[in-house]
Amino acid sequence: MAHPHRSEQPQAYEADETSLKDRLAFIDRYPNAARITRLCMGVSFTALTIGALLGIVQALHRTNVFRGVISSADYYSVLTGHGVLLALFFTIFFLTGIFTWGTSRSLGMGLPSPGFSLGWFLLMLSGAVMTATAIFGGLVGQIPFSADVLYTFYAPLQAHPLFYAGLAAWLVGTWLAGADWIRTYYHWRQDNPNERIPLQVFMIMTTMLMWYIATLGVAVEVLVFLLPLSLGLIDSVDPLLTRTLFWFFGHPVVYFWLMPAYFAWYTVLPKLSGGRLFSDPLARVVFILFLILSTPVGFHHQYADPGVPEGFKFIAMTNTMFLLLPSFLTAFTVVASMEYGARQRGGTGYLRWLKALPWGNPAFAGCALAGMMFAAGGFSGIINAGMNINSLIHNTLWVPGHFHLTVGTASALTMMAISYWLYPQITGKRLQFYGVAQIQPYIWFIGMGLMSNAMHRAGLAGVPRRTAEPQYQQFDFAPVLGSMPEMRLQIAIGGTLLTLGALMFVLVMVGTWLAERGRGRLRVDSHLPEPISGASDSPRVLDNVKLWFLIAVVLVAIAYGFPIYSMVADGAFNPAAPPFPV
Amino acid sequence: MHVHRFERLWLVAALAMIVLFIGTVTYGAVGAGYGMVDDTGGQVDPTDATASENFREPGVYNGSEPGHYDVYIEAKQFLFVPGTSDPVRVPANSTVTFHVTSTDVVHGFEVVGTNINTMAVPGQVATITVEFDDPGQYGLVCNEYCGSGHHTMEGSLEVVPPGQFNKSEVN
Repeated sequence: MAHPHRSEQPQAYEADETSLKDRLAFIDRYPNAARITRLCMGVSFTALTIGALLGIVQALHRTNVFRGVISSADYYSVLTGHGVLLALFFTIFFLTGIFTWGTSRSLGMGLPSPGFSLGWFLLMLSGAVMTATAIFGGLVGQIPFSADVLYTFYAPLQAHPLFYAGLAAWLVGTWLAGADWIRTYYHWRQDNPNERIPLQVFMIMTTMLMWYIATLGVAVEVLVFLLPLSLGLIDSVDPLLTRTLFWFFGHPVVYFWLMPAYFAWYTVLPKLSGGRLFSDPLARVVFILFLILSTPVGFHHQYADPGVPEGFKFIAMTNTMFLLLPSFLTAFTVVASMEYGARQRGGTGYLRWLKALPWGNPAFAGCALAGMMFAAGGFSGIINAGMNINSLIHNTLWVPGHFHLTVGTASALTMMAISYWLYPQITGKRLQFYGVAQIQPYIWFIGMGLMSNAMHRAGLAGVPRRTAEPQYQQFDFAPVLGSMPEMRLQIAIGGTLLTLGALMFVLVMVGTWLAERGRGRLRVDSHLPEPISGASDSPRVLDNVKLWFLIAVVLVAIAYGFPIYSMVADGAFNPAAPPFPV
Repeated sequence: MHVHRFERLWLVAALAMIVLFIGTVTYGAVGAGYGMVDDTGGQVDPTDATASENFREPGVYNGSEPGHYDVYIEAKQFLFVPGTSDPVRVPANSTVTFHVTSTDVVHGFEVVGTNINTMAVPGQVATITVEFDDPGQYGLVCNEYCGSGHHTMEGSLEVVPPGQFNKSEVN
């Protein structure tokens, strides 16, 4: 395979430079980027801690195991907190952290302006604090704030204006963060006019372009409709239009959770396995497919909605099924890279090579277990995507069963696992409580296995999601597999193990944060080896990010143009539903 | 661009599976005749649903032909009308079209253990047509969060033997 740009330089010179760089931790080379990454991770892990504690309260309350903490009416404040803190703040602050690291690392330069970077971080933080204040105000009677609207905040349920204003500020912060990384890329491009885009930056840019398209929906929903409604500037909204705008954003946000995990699986996991990435070009293809297909699928969350013609649901279904392709390709590459690593470490046989993998390394074990659970979550997602079979499980406990495998494990466990590898590099401190870190991914895996399988089966019996009570007065659930008490017990035990797993992770992180710098070797090797098949093996058109962005915009216009036009044509505020503050 | 032989094989198999999934859904819609909830129910004023022809006073009505019934259900915090205080009653061996709307916030309308499952969105009327072959008892549940009493929003549906269904139960 030819590497033209490389062969022009003396090989030894580059090798020297690499090894010199590798002797320094990331924090020594890019202290400002390391600081921003640390700050983002600090907020992310704080949100994780609070969200996980709310999680155990819910798991025990709705299974009727322990109800001493909250009343059933307050359950929904807790549920809103759990959803917003984990799905938006834990995941996306982590994303901004790891993307800041990835930008600096793969371009070999710091972010251009420390003040600007700190600015977007502080904007995101203040937005998150405002939103959290509105949510937790609902638990305290004397405070006039409440936002018991859940993570999806469907109108005409209405939260305190602070909730929406906070979300808007936080969102603008993420936009500026993306601009910061892309700007850094353009600085790099000036000095490297002919280089291929480094893989990590390529992933960061495609992910952010997807985010810019997707967040347009929620930005319009919040700024044009919900914030004015909560301030009393308008007196009604069209619930179907605002739902549609939410899901315009609500599905691609799923990929915004997953892309940091994919980013880690493609660029770090192969090395943790002892090998190298199988194929750089296919990694690029996968991210392009996500950029193109993530948004024009939102109607698959509205299969059960009246007012949306079946044809648009069908288009969304078709696009959704094709979105399986990049995930299938990822499954291949990740497993192939792991197998390559295992064989480098002396593994042999058809499956015996699995034993040669470093299962005692928490960074590796977490990523690998997360990937395994993602496969299960992918298959339950295919049921959700199947337009007609979805009617059996729509809005049942099956759905949180599904997304606790995807965002709750594929994303969350990978983020935790990569932190075991990355946090020492951005702090210059050796990972503390290593033994706790080693068993933590397994605790999470077992807890999620218990909780999620029971949630899926309960959903098949028709048990609804998002409710504080395990049973009803007028009828009993008739499960096909297992019994209701058995499922409730598995959910309660699983939820408890998951909270324990989250707290073990936080213990390791806080312990490392408080540890003394410079004591002991970091025990992590930051070097990321070149892929087996490198970027130069792929056509240059893959790097034409503008082209892919344009195709994405066209597909979104096809999927959403007419439906949104028809909802707005009879008046953007019609049918007019007045608000219901909660 | 070099793509490994195994990866090409995997790619083709994945694409075949995707096409198969789309095929099964298409068959469900075209062959088996599964009708999705869509825009055929029309729109109403959320604060005055019966003002429009798309929705009637909640209750059971005779359908367009014998053995067909229309059931109009209003979902509101935290009741189904009918359904919660009085069960919805329809005869077995019938074709029933449910017309569901909400007059306050978004609710769900799920007949537990079946694929009768729709959102009740203020301003929109969801219509679902189903066949009840045998008598039976079903629970109704709101499966979308609708406020602090959401967990109390339930009801029941009774499919009774045709002999036990009284003509006076129809509006």
